[in-house]
Amino acid sequence: MTADWVFNLYVFMLATFVGYQVISRVPPLLHTPLMSGTNAISGISLVASLLAAGSNHRLSQILGFVAVTCATINVVGGFLITDRMLRMFRKKPDAAKSPKQAGKS
Amino acid sequence: MTPTAVIVSLCYVVAAALFIFCLRGLSGPQTARRGVMLGEVGMLIAVIGTLLQRDIVRYDWILGGIVLGSAIGVAISAWIPMTKMPERIAFSHAFGGLATALVGVAEYMREVDHLTQFKLVALGLETFLGFLTFTGSLMAYGKLQGFITGAPVTWKFQNYMNIGAFFGAIVAIVYLSFNRELSTVFFGIAGTGLVLGVMAVLPIGGADMPVVISLLNSYAGLAACATGFALGSQILIISGALDGSSGILLSLLMSKAMNRSFANVLFGAFGTALEPGKGSPQLAKSYNEATVEDAGAVLKASQSVIFVPGYGMAVSQAQHAVRDLAASLERRGVDVKYAIHPVAGRMPGHMNVLLAEANVAYDKLFDLDDINDDFARTDAVVIVGANDVVNPAAKKDPSSPIYGMPVFNVEQSRSVIVLKRSMNPGFSGVENELFFQPNTMMVLGDAKKTLLAMIHELKEGGH
Repeated sequence: MTADWVFNLYVFMLATFVGYQVISRVPPLLHTPLMSGTNAISGISLVASLLAAGSNHRLSQILGFVAVTCATINVVGGFLITDRMLRMFRKKPDAAKSPKQAGKS
Repeated sequence: MTPTAVIVSLCYVVAAALFIFCLRGLSGPQTARRGVMLGEVGMLIAVIGTLLQRDIVRYDWILGGIVLGSAIGVAISAWIPMTKMPERIAFSHAFGGLATALVGVAEYMREVDHLTQFKLVALGLETFLGFLTFTGSLMAYGKLQGFITGAPVTWKFQNYMNIGAFFGAIVAIVYLSFNRELSTVFFGIAGTGLVLGVMAVLPIGGADMPVVISLLNSYAGLAACATGFALGSQILIISGALDGSSGILLSLLMSKAMNRSFANVLFGAFGTALEPGKGSPQLAKSYNEATVEDAGAVLKASQSVIFVPGYGMAVSQAQHAVRDLAASLERRGVDVKYAIHPVAGRMPGHMNVLLAEANVAYDKLFDLDDINDDFARTDAVVIVGANDVVNPAAKKDPSSPIYGMPVFNVEQSRSVIVLKRSMNPGFSGVENELFFQPNTMMVLGDAKKTLLAMIHELKEGGH
C-alpha cells in the first residue's frame, strides 16, 4: 500500500499540472478576474477553518473563528467581485454607443 | 467508511471537479461567468460536505464567522471601485494567508501529539507560508495605497538576511518534526514568517507589484496546499495547487513581460534611484509641449488612433474619459484600438478591467504581440499615463535598466501624443527619450482633465 502522504503528493502533482494547463489558456484580458477567482477558490481553507472552529478545543475555536471570518470574506467577496468584473466584459458596447455602425452603413 | 464519510468524500470530489471547470471557463469572456458560477456551486458543496463531518461538535463559532465574513465580503465587493482592484486583491491575499496560518496554529495546539512527522512538516510550512503571505500582502497593500513608500527600501546584506531567514525557517520546520513538543520552535517559525513577509516586500518597487501580487497569490495557494497535507484533505491540496500554479504562471508571465528574471524582481530592488550623472544631461533636451488644441488638431487629421493606457490612467481614473474620446473619434470614422501591455498597471490585467468598466468592447483591446506591427501604419498614438512600456530605450540602449523589455513601437507612428502629469521620470526612474522626439507632443497635466478638454475640442472643431 502506498502511504497516505505519498498518495497526497501524487494528488498535488497532478493538480498542479492540471492547473498549469487550464490556466495557461486564460487570455491576458481576463488575468485580473483569474486572480480574484483563484483567490476565491483558495478560500477553500474555509474547510480547514470550519474544522478548527467546530472542535472542542477552546483556543482552536477562537483561532478558527477568526480564520472562518477571513476565509469567508475571501470566498464570498472573491466570487462576487469576480462576477462583477466579468459582467463588464462585453463584446459589443451598449446600444447608446453604436453610431459608428450607423455611420458606416 | 461510514455512509456520512462517503457522502463527505464525494462532495469534495465534485467540488474539485467544479473548481477545475471554473478555471476552464475563464479561458474566454463568453464562458467566464458560467465558470465562476460553477466555482461558487463547488464551494457551497465543499462547505456543506465539511459541516456534515462528525469532527465538528459545535456550530456557534462557525456560524458567527460565516455571518461576519459574508457581511464584510459582500460590503467590500459591492463598494470597492475598480481602480482599487489591486489593493483589494492584495488585501484578500492577506486574509487568505491569515486564515491558513491561524488554522495551522490551532491544529498544532490541538493535535500536536497525534501528528505524523510528515504532517508536522506540512503544518510548519502552512503556518510559515500563511504568516509570510499575511504580512507580505499587507506590505503590498500599503505600497499600493501609498501608506508605505512605493520606492524600494534597501539596506546592506538585506538579501542575505532574507534568504538566511527563509532557509532558517525550513531547517527549523525539519527540526520541529523530530521534536514535536518544542512549541517555542513552532512559534519561532510563525514569527519568522511574519517578519520575512515584511522584509521581502520592502525592497520591491511599486512598478513591480504585478509580480509580487501574483507571487503572493501562489503563496496563499501553497499555504492552503500545506494545510491539505497536514489534514490529509485532498480538496485542499487540489484547490491550493490550482491557486498556486495560477500565481506562479502569472508571475512568470509578468517577469517575462519585463524581460527580467524572477530573482531580479525579488532581489533586484529595481528602480532604486537614478545615478545623477546618467540622468541629468538628458534633462536638458527639449521637448514639444503641446496644448489641447494642438493635440486636437492632430487627432482631427487622423484616420487611425491607438490608445496606450498605463498606471497613470488608473491614478487619474481616466478610463471613462478615454472611452468618451475614443467614442467621439469613432463618430468621425476614425479606427480606434487599445494597446495593452502585460505589465501596465499594478496587477495582471489591470488595464483590461478598467477599460471594460468604461464599457470598451473587449475585441478592441490588443496584446503586445497582436498590435505592435500596427503602430507603423497608425496616424496617432495617445499615451495615457504609460511610461516604461513605451520607452524605446528598451530596444536600443543596452545600458538602460529596462533594456530587453518588450515595448510598444509607438515611435513608429506618425505622431505621438503623451498625456502625462509632469516631465518627471516614471516609477522606474528611467528617462524616456520618446518624450524628446520630434513627432512627440507632450500634453502635461491631469490625464482626465486633458482628455475631457480634447473631447470638447473635437466637438468644437466640426470638420
